[in-house]
Amino acid sequence: MTTRMVGEPVKRVEDPRLVTGNGRYLDDLGHDAFEVAFVRSPHAHARVVDVDVTDALDVEGLVAIYTYEDLVADEEEHGTRVAQALPLLIPHPTLTHGRTQHALANGEVNHVGEAIVMVVASDRYAAEDAVERIRVDYEFLTPIVGVEAARAAEHLVHDDVPGNVAARMVQETGDADAAIDAAPHRLELDLAIERSASMPMEGKGVHARWDADDESLTVHTSTQTSTSVRQAVAAKLNLPVDRVEVVTPDVGGGFGVKIVHPWPEEVLVPWAALRLGRPVKWTEDRREHFVSSAHERGQLHHVRVGYDDEGRLLGLSVKFWHDHGAYIPYGLIVPIITSTQLLGPYKPGAYRVEFESLYTNTVIVTPYRGAGRPQGCFVMERTMDAIAADLGLDRALVRERNFIQPDEMPYDQGLIFQDGRQLLYDSGDFPGSLAKLKELVGWDDFAAYREQARAEGRRVGIGMACYVEGTGVGPYEGGHIRVETDGTVVVSTGLTTQGQGHQTMLAQIVADELGVPFERIRVTTGDTRRFKYAVGTFASRTAVMSGSAVAVTARAVREKALRIASDALEAAVEDLEIVDGNVRVKGTGENGASVDLGAVAVLSNPLRYAFDEAAKRATQFAAPADPDKPPVAEGESPGLEASQFYSPPRSTFANGMHAVVVETDPDTADIKVLRYCVVHDCGTLINPMIVEGQIHGGVAQGVGGALYERMEYAPDGQLLNASFMDFLMPYASEVPEVEIDHLVTPSPLNPLGVKGAGEAGVIPGAAAIAAAIEDAEGITIRRMPISPSELFHLRLENQEAGS
Amino acid sequence: MSDVVSTGSTTRVSLTVNGVRHDLDLPARRLLSDALRHDLRLTGTHVGCEHGVCGACTVLVDGAPMRSCLLFAVSLDGAEITTVEGCRSADGGMGPVQQAFHECHALQCGFCTPGFITTITAFLDDNPAPTRDEAREAVSGNLCRCTGYVNIVSAVERAAELRREPTP
Repeated sequence: MTTRMVGEPVKRVEDPRLVTGNGRYLDDLGHDAFEVAFVRSPHAHARVVDVDVTDALDVEGLVAIYTYEDLVADEEEHGTRVAQALPLLIPHPTLTHGRTQHALANGEVNHVGEAIVMVVASDRYAAEDAVERIRVDYEFLTPIVGVEAARAAEHLVHDDVPGNVAARMVQETGDADAAIDAAPHRLELDLAIERSASMPMEGKGVHARWDADDESLTVHTSTQTSTSVRQAVAAKLNLPVDRVEVVTPDVGGGFGVKIVHPWPEEVLVPWAALRLGRPVKWTEDRREHFVSSAHERGQLHHVRVGYDDEGRLLGLSVKFWHDHGAYIPYGLIVPIITSTQLLGPYKPGAYRVEFESLYTNTVIVTPYRGAGRPQGCFVMERTMDAIAADLGLDRALVRERNFIQPDEMPYDQGLIFQDGRQLLYDSGDFPGSLAKLKELVGWDDFAAYREQARAEGRRVGIGMACYVEGTGVGPYEGGHIRVETDGTVVVSTGLTTQGQGHQTMLAQIVADELGVPFERIRVTTGDTRRFKYAVGTFASRTAVMSGSAVAVTARAVREKALRIASDALEAAVEDLEIVDGNVRVKGTGENGASVDLGAVAVLSNPLRYAFDEAAKRATQFAAPADPDKPPVAEGESPGLEASQFYSPPRSTFANGMHAVVVETDPDTADIKVLRYCVVHDCGTLINPMIVEGQIHGGVAQGVGGALYERMEYAPDGQLLNASFMDFLMPYASEVPEVEIDHLVTPSPLNPLGVKGAGEAGVIPGAAAIAAAIEDAEGITIRRMPISPSELFHLRLENQEAGS
Repeated sequence: MSDVVSTGSTTRVSLTVNGVRHDLDLPARRLLSDALRHDLRLTGTHVGCEHGVCGACTVLVDGAPMRSCLLFAVSLDGAEITTVEGCRSADGGMGPVQQAFHECHALQCGFCTPGFITTITAFLDDNPAPTRDEAREAVSGNLCRCTGYVNIVSAVERAAELRREPTP
């Protein structure tokens, strides 16, 4: 019997290539391509008065210099749309004032780093030489930086957007204000989270090659969605979509920033390749990534909550302000997720949430792993802790009393989620998860440990945070599987891969569903030459969406193989099974009659010509066939292959709970994470090794977001820490070991019972660590991240208030 | 034209990379990372920050780990350089550190991995049997955004084991 692959910690097939230096990332391609560098605005808010390129024209190796006027001229000459604003990808009725940027600034720049001039040269050195010699004259405008300045609206980012407000959205279930006013206990909290960013180790990059003979364009881009880039590039360049292909090479991390598209460079580089007739490449450098990609997380929240003597929520009202930066190409996804997912595993009573999405003269904000959930989790979990403190109750107990119970699943929160569908939890066992977490971290014994540490002059504290995460959002993904005549199984799906081990995980599914050895399976992702219909890799959706899609596709291939083999083996389809890539009659074992899938593939394709040994078997004189029937039976098609799609009614909801133990230094206020415990429920685990790796990485980003990472904007809109020297991402010395326990409540929504796992690890980090610091210090924490210096000042303020 | 901005003359430099000698004519400002990646097309060495902080571009120069994004290639005339490609086993398969990364799931996107492989190779030359704390310290100068480092620390320990095992 073949070992089942799903559920096993199968080593990744990607690794041997990547660890030996044989990966192919964007900048590993096109060594002879022209290279691009940009003149980017050094000012946060200004009018571009004049661009003088005179001094740059004599730079050796210069090929071309383009400004916005060139894009306009191209529109007039060739009918392209490169001068028009980039698309607003996710419109929403409440997004009344959506503004997007131009590929090159159209007379005004709205953040430091916005591209104004594109230089093409023989290599990047020459391109940067030219960039340095281009002079831009600016007329300065007042920069608007931070939520408070945007809200005050004394100045506007965009002249035609009153109040700097792009959108205002309200969702409500019941009368929250009345419920809060009538509640025996009430609290109000102001809670803030600062900006961080996805910050993949590889920045963005684009390589484009125009084949003038074939009139076709091939674009390689470090993206999370190749199919949509293809459509966008074709539309911008006025090319038939049929003449454009987009290939995702190895991608050095995404974490959300690469789902946005088309980036200005994804339009400009292919356009330059088309006009110059030569391959053109742009590789983003780290500073460019800081100032011209995307950030996330920055939000201010005001909470009003009413609850009973037991700590049960009666009404919850949250108003928050989301700083989305200079433009809003990705729409309202992040604040919609905060506003819905902050409810976590709890029943809020009556709930009202209102947010405003505000323009500022800073880098745009688009989803970064967690995508609004870390903020929502911070809001809800800080509220839970505040209620526990107010009533003098155990923090775990307050949570438990507010949990949705397993027998209440599926549970409708009565809101509309980011996919436009109901916020309806499909499964989960929150009391079960909490029990596991309490045991894993030793919650009930911690008070004694804290006291003992106190006696030794040490300060330790514990905190927990719970979340629910809608994963696997639609609309769909698809798969294509073909069995070659040598028995190789070729699988493709349209979404892309940034290190999640999709080739391994999808092959595990196909191996089980089709009954073939894992080693015979080859998986391709993110290549529009292979699969043209897809959405992309975001929202922890690959296992759910493409996993389910290749599972149903493999089932279709299996059915076809059995139909063909039933003729060859003269047995009924129901009596056949596929084991180790061989179709055989059930119960006959290895010695019975069988036909391997390669041979079935040969038979599936009736031939006239014997182009190789295997093909001989399928030629017209080779085998007896019913002369009265067509060689390809009615309803069949040649080839042992199939393509199927999976489209669920709505998202599936994963959940988890984290507990953290921290120690704070009584003198220096240094904060050290001593233990980090995770209980995680993502339904059926396809590859537990990969799932745990995802959790580890998420936890590290959660620790970074809680203690180290923030975008330091000066009031004039300069990003002061736009380098790895100053933006502090955690090294191994800052990340704790991670203790993990799993609970499995399979999703009823998909054939595999899986839920997404990619983002989970990061979500509760700031909330749990804030709670642990609060517990260690006895000081209320309302803003994250927190540095030792900030904690030190909180101590001083607390002492002053106490004295 | 008299005011052409030229990249200037080139200098002959001899680099022995992974045991193979290369004579290159390079502009003085050509970074070692670019010379390796684009002149020699050894693209295993990756550039993550261009300012020596992330460590993805780490190569061994005469056995010592160095950041190739901070070195001018012309300053290394006569040097022996080992890149991630040079950390393979004799038959071209995975070397012990690479094998350990595979076994321990110590990589996800793989972009930072080459810098870890070279750094750990040099570390284990100095300390063939590190404790877990020493292993963690050894990789604390390289950034990884995917793994949370847990499995990388385990891979250092596993690589030390593999290096001690007699080769078949």
